[in-house]
This record gives sequence, C-alpha cells and structure tokens, in this order.
Amino acid sequence: MTPEEVIDEIKRSGLRGRGGGGFPTGLKWELTRKVKAEQKYVVCNADEGDPGAFMDRSILEGDPHTVLEAMAINGYCTEASKGLIYIRAEYPLAIERLKIAIDQAREYGLLGDDIFGTGFSFDIELRYGAGAFVCGEETALIHSMEGLRGEPTVKPPFPSESGYKGAPTNVNNVETYASVPVILLKGADWFSSIGTEKSKGTKVFALAGKVNNVGLVEVPMGTTLREVIFDIGGGIKGGKKFKAVQTGGPSGGCLTEKHLDIPIDYDNLIASGSMMGSGGMIVMDEDDCMVSVAKFYLDFTVEESCGKCAPCRIGNKRLYEMLDTITQGKGTVEDLSKLRNLANVIKDTSLCGLGQTSPNPVLSTMDNFYDEYLAHVKDHKCPSGQCKALMSYIIKEDACVGCTLCARVCPVDAISGEKKMPHVIDQSICIKCGACFEKCKFDAIFIE
Amino acid sequence: MDIVKLTIDNTPVVVEKGTTVLEAAKTVGVDIPTLCYMKLDDMEFENKPGGCRVCVVEVEGRRNLAPSCKTECEDGMVVNTHSVRVVNARRTVMELILSDHPFECLVCAKSGKCDLQSLAQDLGIREIHYQGEKSHYKSDHSPAIIREMDKCIMCRRCETACNDVQTVGTLSAIYRGFNSVVAPAFEMDLDHTNCTFCGQCVAVCPTGALIERDHTWKVMDAIIDPKKTVIVQTAPAVRAALGEEFGLEPGTLVTGKMVSALRKIGFDYVFDTDFAADLTILEEGTELLGRLSKFLAGDKEVKLPILTSCCPAWVNFFEHHFPEMKEIPSTAKSPQQMFGAIAKTYFADQLKIKREDLVVVSVMPCLAKKYEASRDEFAVNGDPDVNISITTRELAQMIKNANLKFTELPDDDFDRPMGESTGAGVIFGTTGGVIEAAVRTAYELHTGKELDRVDFKELRGMEGIRSATLDFDGLPINIGIAHGLGNARKLLEDIKAGKSQFHAIEIMACPGGCIGGGGQPYHHGDVTVLKKRQKAIYEEDAGKTIRKSHENPYIKKLYEEFLGEPCGHKSHELLHTSYFDKKKKIEI
Ligand SMILES: Cc1cc2nc3c(=O)[nH]c(=O)nc-3n(C[C@H](O)[C@H](O)[C@H](O)COP(=O)(O)O)c2cc1C
Ligand code: SF4
Ligand code: SF4
Ligand code: SF4
Ligand code: SF4
Ligand code: SF4
Ligand code: FES
Repeated sequence: MTPEEVIDEIKRSGLRGRGGGGFPTGLKWELTRKVKAEQKYVVCNADEGDPGAFMDRSILEGDPHTVLEAMAINGYCTEASKGLIYIRAEYPLAIERLKIAIDQAREYGLLGDDIFGTGFSFDIELRYGAGAFVCGEETALIHSMEGLRGEPTVKPPFPSESGYKGAPTNVNNVETYASVPVILLKGADWFSSIGTEKSKGTKVFALAGKVNNVGLVEVPMGTTLREVIFDIGGGIKGGKKFKAVQTGGPSGGCLTEKHLDIPIDYDNLIASGSMMGSGGMIVMDEDDCMVSVAKFYLDFTVEESCGKCAPCRIGNKRLYEMLDTITQGKGTVEDLSKLRNLANVIKDTSLCGLGQTSPNPVLSTMDNFYDEYLAHVKDHKCPSGQCKALMSYIIKEDACVGCTLCARVCPVDAISGEKKMPHVIDQSICIKCGACFEKCKFDAIFIE
Repeated sequence: MDIVKLTIDNTPVVVEKGTTVLEAAKTVGVDIPTLCYMKLDDMEFENKPGGCRVCVVEVEGRRNLAPSCKTECEDGMVVNTHSVRVVNARRTVMELILSDHPFECLVCAKSGKCDLQSLAQDLGIREIHYQGEKSHYKSDHSPAIIREMDKCIMCRRCETACNDVQTVGTLSAIYRGFNSVVAPAFEMDLDHTNCTFCGQCVAVCPTGALIERDHTWKVMDAIIDPKKTVIVQTAPAVRAALGEEFGLEPGTLVTGKMVSALRKIGFDYVFDTDFAADLTILEEGTELLGRLSKFLAGDKEVKLPILTSCCPAWVNFFEHHFPEMKEIPSTAKSPQQMFGAIAKTYFADQLKIKREDLVVVSVMPCLAKKYEASRDEFAVNGDPDVNISITTRELAQMIKNANLKFTELPDDDFDRPMGESTGAGVIFGTTGGVIEAAVRTAYELHTGKELDRVDFKELRGMEGIRSATLDFDGLPINIGIAHGLGNARKLLEDIKAGKSQFHAIEIMACPGGCIGGGGQPYHHGDVTVLKKRQKAIYEEDAGKTIRKSHENPYIKKLYEEFLGEPCGHKSHELLHTSYFDKKKKIEI
C-alpha cells in the first residue's frame, strides 16, 4: 500500500482520536503528511493522566507491538523517521515491556534503518513524564519532551504543522494507535461497520464508582450508558438508586437517569453536556451530593492547572472556593448565578483543553441537579447528607430513653439531659463528628 | 504578498496574511485591550504567551473566544470585539486577575505607570465579584532590583526579556496552578543567581512586581548631613528621557533643566558622567591601540577583539557565562566608576576634604549601576567610590518631592571641572556611541592626523548586531556592535570559536543601549520612544563645540595635573579593574 492508500483506509474507517478530542485520525495523518519538512516526528501520547484510567497502560503492558507497528505505519505515511513515546514514569511495567518490544522489533528488522529493504527507516525512543495531568495535552507534552516547562501553547499552530523541536509532529493516543493495525488487517469496511454514524469502532471505558463490577470494559460505540452500567457493570452496589454517571475524566460532565439510553459516542456525549475524554466512567448513587462531587473534581483541576492562563489559574480556584462556601452552608442564591457565569467564562476563555473543560462538572451538576444546589444555599441543607457542615444530629424525643451514653461519648459536651429523660444536642456546640449517632442503641438520633 | 479579507466589528478589513486580529483591528480604529502581550519591533522582543486572556474576541463559528493577540486573520473571518459575551468575559477575567492582587495602589512604586491599574480603569472595574485567597511569595531585595511577586500577574514579559532577549535565563515560571510565579530557580534571591541586573525585566514588567531598589531617601539623608559634601554625576542617557516623567515628548533634551533641578535639590556640585566617558575613551582607546600595535607587530598572544567594558550588566554577563574570556574585555572601568575614583581622589584633594566626607551620587538609566557601585573592588577601606546610584525614575521622584515645576525651570550649566564634556561623551548613551567616540579618538591618536569627519553614521542604528570597517589611514579596522545580551552572546560565541574578524566590539546589555536602560521612564512597549531618545543624544553631540574626548580641556588638565598619561601607572591604579569568574559561585 502507498502512504496515500494507508491514509485513505484510515480515513474511510472513521477512526477518531481516543485521547479525548475525537479528531479524525486519518485527517490528522494527512495534515502531517502534507507539511513539507526535512524531519518529522511520530509521537505516542501515553501520559494517561486521568485518575482511575488505565486503558493505555493495559494496552502497553498487554500488546506493546501494536502501538510500535502503528507508529511505524504512521512514520511511513507522514515521512517521519523518528518516533517518541511519552509515557508516565509511574508505569514501570509498561515501560519495561515497551523496551523489550522495541528491542525485539529492532532485532526482527521491524524498526531501524531500511526496514525490509524498502528504504524506509524508523526508530522509536521513550520519553518519561512526571505525571502532571496537563502534560497529556499535546502541546504541553511536546514542551515537556523538549525539556521545557510542561505547559500548553495556543493552537494553531497544531503539532502537525509545528510540534517537537518545531518539526511537524503527529500526536496520537495509545488506544488510537492500537486500532490502526487491525484496521489495515481487516479493512476499513469491517471497522466502520462497528459503531454509530460518526463514531466508529470500539471504545474502552474504565468503569468505576458505585457499580458492582468495576474495571475496563470495551464496547462498540453506540452502546448505551444503561447497558454499560446495568448489564456489564451489574447495576448499583448495595441495591441503591442510580443517581449520576460522570464520563470523560475529571473535567467531564455528570449525566443522569434521562441520559441512560443515549448511545455513547463523541457527539452525543458533548451534546449532553459531558464528553468522551479518555474513557473514564464513574457511577454515583443516591448517597452522593452533587455539589460535593463538583467540588471534588475542581479540587483536582486546581491542583493540575499549569498556571499559564488567568481564567484557569485563578478562575478554577475561585470556583472551588465558591463550591466550598456552598457546601459549608454559607452560599447564597446569588452565588449560584455568579458560579454559573464564572464557569462559562473559564470555559470560554481558557487557553487549553484543561481550562476549557474543567467547569463541566459544575455546569452539568447545576443543569441536572439545580435543586440540590438550591437546597444548599436556600435551606442550608444537603439532601444527601454528605456536607458535614450542613448536617444536624437530632435526638428524637419519643425514642430517647435517657441512657446518657450519647452525652458521655460526645467529645465537646454538646449533649445534655437528665438520666432517663430525653436528651438534646446543642447545635451551636456540635461538631458533627457522629459519635452519638454511632453509639445510640435505640436509634433515637437522626440526621437532618 | 498574500492578502486576507475579514470583518471586524462590522467593518471590512484587508490585511497581509499572518497579521493578528489585534493588529488588524488597530488598522480600523479598534483598540482591543491587552495585558500580557508586548512587542518591541527592532528589539527582537515579542511576548505573547496568550496567558492573560484579556484580549479575547468572538470569532464567528468558533466554539470558544479567541485571544486576538495570538489569532491570525483568516479569509472571511467575522470578528466581534465587544459583544456582551466578550465584554462579560473580559471583565470577569480582569476581575479574576485583580482578585489575586494586593490592593496597594496608594503605596505602590508603579502606581500611575502600572498597566494593570490603567487597564482596570479603562475597563471601568468598580467591583470584584470573585474574591478569595490571594497568592503570597517571599519578596526579594537585591542591591538593584526588588521583587514583590504578590503583584505578579504571570504575564511572562520578564521571562521573555531575561531568556529570549538577554539569554541570561535567570527567570522562569515555577510552581503550578494558582501558586505559579516567575522567579529564579528554587525561588532563590536574585543576588544569588546569575542575574546581570540589566533591569530589562523591570523595564517590561507591567506591574509593581519588579521595581528598582529606591535610594532617594539615602540621597536626601546625605544632602541634609552638614558634614558631607554631596556631588552628583548624571549619565548621558538620563537627559534624553527625564522629561518624559514630566509629560514632555520623548526625545526632548532636558540637560539644562536637569542641572537646575539637581542644584535646587541641594547637591553641592553638579557634574556630568560624560566627563568620565571622555576619560574612559582615552583609557579604552589607548588600550585598544596598544593591543592593536602589539598585534600588528606579530604578537600572537594579544587579546583581540577588545570588548568595551562600560556596561556593568555586560560585565556581570561575561563573568557568569563566559568567565574563560574574562581577559578579553577592556580593563577600563565604567564611566560611573571612573568618575567616582577621580572624585574621591583628585576632586576631594582640590576641596581639601577626606574622601569619606565626599558623597558621590550618580543618576543612571541603569539598575546594574546600583549593583556595580556596591562591588567590593570599587571601595577603599569600605568607602565606596560611588556611594549611591539612583535611576532616572528616582531622580524624577526627587524632583517632585522638591516641589519643582520641572518644565518651567531655567537652564543651568554643569560645574567645572568634572562637568565639562565633549560630544563623544554624550553618545555613550546609545548603542554604537561608545565605539564611535573611541574611533574619533583612536583614529587621531593612531594616525596623528585630524579626522575630516566626526560623524560615523555607519556605526549608528538600532539593529541588534552591526558591523563596519573603518579605514585608519590604510589600516582597515573591523568594528562590531551588539546591544542586548542575546546579541552579545552571538558575538562571543564567534570569538570563542575563533571566527571573529573584529578588532573592537562595543557591547551594551540593554536593547538600544543606555537609552533603553532598566532605570529609564517606562516605554510601555512603544519602541519609537527609544528611537526618539537616540535622536536626542545625537542632537546633543552635534550641538557641542568639542566632539572628541581627547580634546576635552579638563581631561587634558586631569592628565597633566594628576594622572600622567592614559594607561599609565596612576590610571591603572584608579581607572582600571579586573574581572572574576562567577560561574563557580553559582554552581556551588
Ligand atoms: C488537559 C488535557 C489532558 C490530556 N491528557 C491526555 C492523555 O493523558 N492522553 C492522551 O492520549 N491525550 C490526552 N489529551 C489529548 C491530547 O491533547 C491530544 O488531543 C491527543 O493525544 C491526540 O491524540 P488522538 O487524536 O489520538 O486522541 C489531553 C488533553 C488535555 C486538554
Ligand atoms: S487552561 Fe489551565 S492548564 Fe491550560 S494553559 Fe491555561 S492554566 Fe494551563
Ligand atoms: S502593581 Fe499596579 S495595580 Fe498593583 S498595587 Fe501596584 S499600582 Fe496597583
Ligand atoms: S535583571 Fe536582567 S538578568 Fe537579571 S533577571 Fe532581570 S532580565 Fe534577567
Ligand atoms: S514579574 Fe512582572 S513581568 Fe514578570 S510575569 Fe510577573 S507581572 Fe509579568
Ligand atoms: S546598557 Fe547602559 S543602562 Fe543598560 S545595563 Fe548597560 S550600562 Fe546599564
Ligand atoms: S494580551 Fe492576548 S492573551 Fe494576554
């Protein structure tokens, strides 16, 4: 096959980038091919920074050769002679196996000079990442490989025009590369027969959270969330009620009951207010407080922001602080509109994908669980009882027998009452440790 | 030339391909606000990290707002720079930046000249809707520069100046997210790094995060001390820029008013660094001719090209980065230090006072001079040759403190003897000036003939690296000029590789030379200001009756009465220095 034929095959297969953006892979290869340059590079993005995601790792540990092969095929198509795999240093086994695979490939003449006498030369080296989430963003990844600060730059120019050391660079994700050899083997028609109209093939998800079966699942594009969560995942743990599923990693959105029957693909997820990301899928049940969930994700983005652009650097911090205020019961209704405005502005103005998506958990929970936000700011109540500051431990007068156990375990002496008489908790002293609740043998204490 | 057509705020615009939306908008009278962006044409300085996001605009068909400073125009683009969406985003981003900023405008050295402050005003920010924790960093007080990083807005201009323009590499972004800041590695103090104190980071910082160390009160303390005689020297570049602090057009020469003001402030004698510049030329020129004649006589050991040494930031640069070449630059001290050395000996003797009772103040366009004045080797028994060095900006502050209406001051003249100078001394203030001054003298000393022209236009200009070959009566002399340390580095690498064809090279650390020094009134990204200052300097030169250093009558007298001959014994003791290997100091 000529390079053009290979690219055409990939294009026809409908393969889209598995690293998150879903950019058509064949088109990317073609763009890189079209740029004229002495030296080009093929980069494999194996940074896999989403917490809880390990599909790339499993591919690299299980079948490193597919990735090497795909990179060489890309080099053949784009006229690049050098491949670089950017892998996080926390993946020692994957690194070990990659090294072995590269040595083997060189031994067999699958990598090196003048491969099989075709005149095409290609070799691959490893580069190690220190584990910053943003270093998975392709421009940041390239800077990190160049020994510079791992922070993104404005696109365009895209790496396909100007990437590693200023040379045209084709960056793809591990899973994307892993799909390439099988497409060429079985043909574009086979591949495109799987999936939905605009999202072809299969996708691996890292199913986690409150489901019975957690782990990696590979399903055809177009499978519904319900099938993944209830059929494959075996439903919600402990027979609890499903509340939401967060897809797309830390900056994905939270989808609800009403989204369960939507076929999963790139475009549907975005239209629902979330995204594919690298395939994270975290299930939440009725016990989860959605404001706290949003705050949890923001905590991650605040930690992982590179600090280059103001909206992400400062805005996410402020988002986090506002969510914290709300979970403390100190928020107001006005705060909610400020929160929404800020989230929208951060999305609209941030430099890279991190800031452009980090407010998703806030926006999607506000869209789908606005009542919960209102309960926090208006009634100063957390409906799921997760926000400690908003809980009250209350003694039911008619159930309390006055055994005094609670008063004795309370570390701050918030409970008073005569022996054999109903006790009361002074809410202004109570620190919500829950000790009384645990100890009461008569179920006389409830949480509000 | 490829052309693109687009629409900005409903106005059709036609621009060259590659033009940014920001630039294109300017052509139709639309001024999009910016904060981090800064471009200095001619200076090879362009800072556009796309980080502040204040310049965002709406481009039809794009999902997100686009930073106009970094977005190239495309055919058919429809841009809106002030839709509700844009204005809301811009204000919100600005509020965010302000929410992480100390509100210290009332007592901030940058107030009134601060880009952040004026942008807040331009955007009409009256309330900050998003408040929260503010970032805090340790402040750093070096001999020349104070870093108050709580005021840093991460525009990265200083980083570009330090790394790309100067290639010094002291400053870079460290830490991540909300904690990120631009600082030396490990947040070390500047004084413990390879910083040259060139002050170019200060010159471009939009806020009060980087400022000069203020010595104005030290000067006042000296002036009111009855036991002290306080004299002042003013560098050539100061007079070409000081007026800007009082609303005068850039390029307005204010020499006479400046002298008046200094007298009114209370200095006992008002002198001119230009006098010492003339002295520098005699020493440096003689040194050049000495090395040249040895070279022509076949001496293979002689160090050529000779490099000028009057810029202390440049001296710091080679001490840190090219210590193996520290024998190549001229050993002549900078004019500031020559002035100090002569003042504390020759002039103190004339006044019949002890050197400790004479306070030498210098007014400089420069921050490195503050550091230079504090170097151990420029003090005698702990008494520095130059006691206090202040900048053009600090002098302006002192003039304001003295309630002087600067623009209405009468012209006054420098005192003698150390206030007399030639046109050659004046042009020290611009790139190319030192070497032109040296040529005027070296030619006549070498050939014994009078020059038929004084102006060497081939040495003038603003390009970062320039060169010319001059005919020294049959002997071709190759001259190189570099300003900006990045350019200097290129010439040094050539010398190191044995590829340099030059006999003499002038190096100035600051782009433009001292007229663009770190202590000058802020140019806010307008390079035409530097060109106007340069023009003013050449005007002052052209207006002088004496334009060659060796013809300065007071310099002749100084040699006759005190020094003997250029590069003689006494000169070596007072006017020359030696350099140190500072690379080691840093690596420990
Ligand atoms: C904050 C951020 C983190 C990212 N992390 C990863 C990652 O860990 N792995 C990855 O393959 N792509 C990641 N990406 C996407 C890459 O920028 C890039 O789009 C991708 O590697 C391109 O490959 P693909 O077209 O095969 O998806 C990240 C993007 C952003 C904005
Ligand atoms: S959006 Fe966040 S991670 Fe991306 S460049 Fe801006 S600060 Fe860095
Ligand atoms: S840096 Fe500017 S905005 Fe900040 S306190 Fe100083 S003058 Fe005010
Ligand atoms: S003074 Fe010059 S060398 Fe020092 S940090 Fe600033 S730009 Fe860099
Ligand atoms: S110190 Fe000044 S120039 Fe440097 S990044 Fe901060 S605000 Fe910008
Ligand atoms: S060029 Fe002039 S102002 Fe700049 S550091 Fe050198 S001596 Fe100072
Ligand atoms: S001026 Fe354009 S991003 Fe700062």
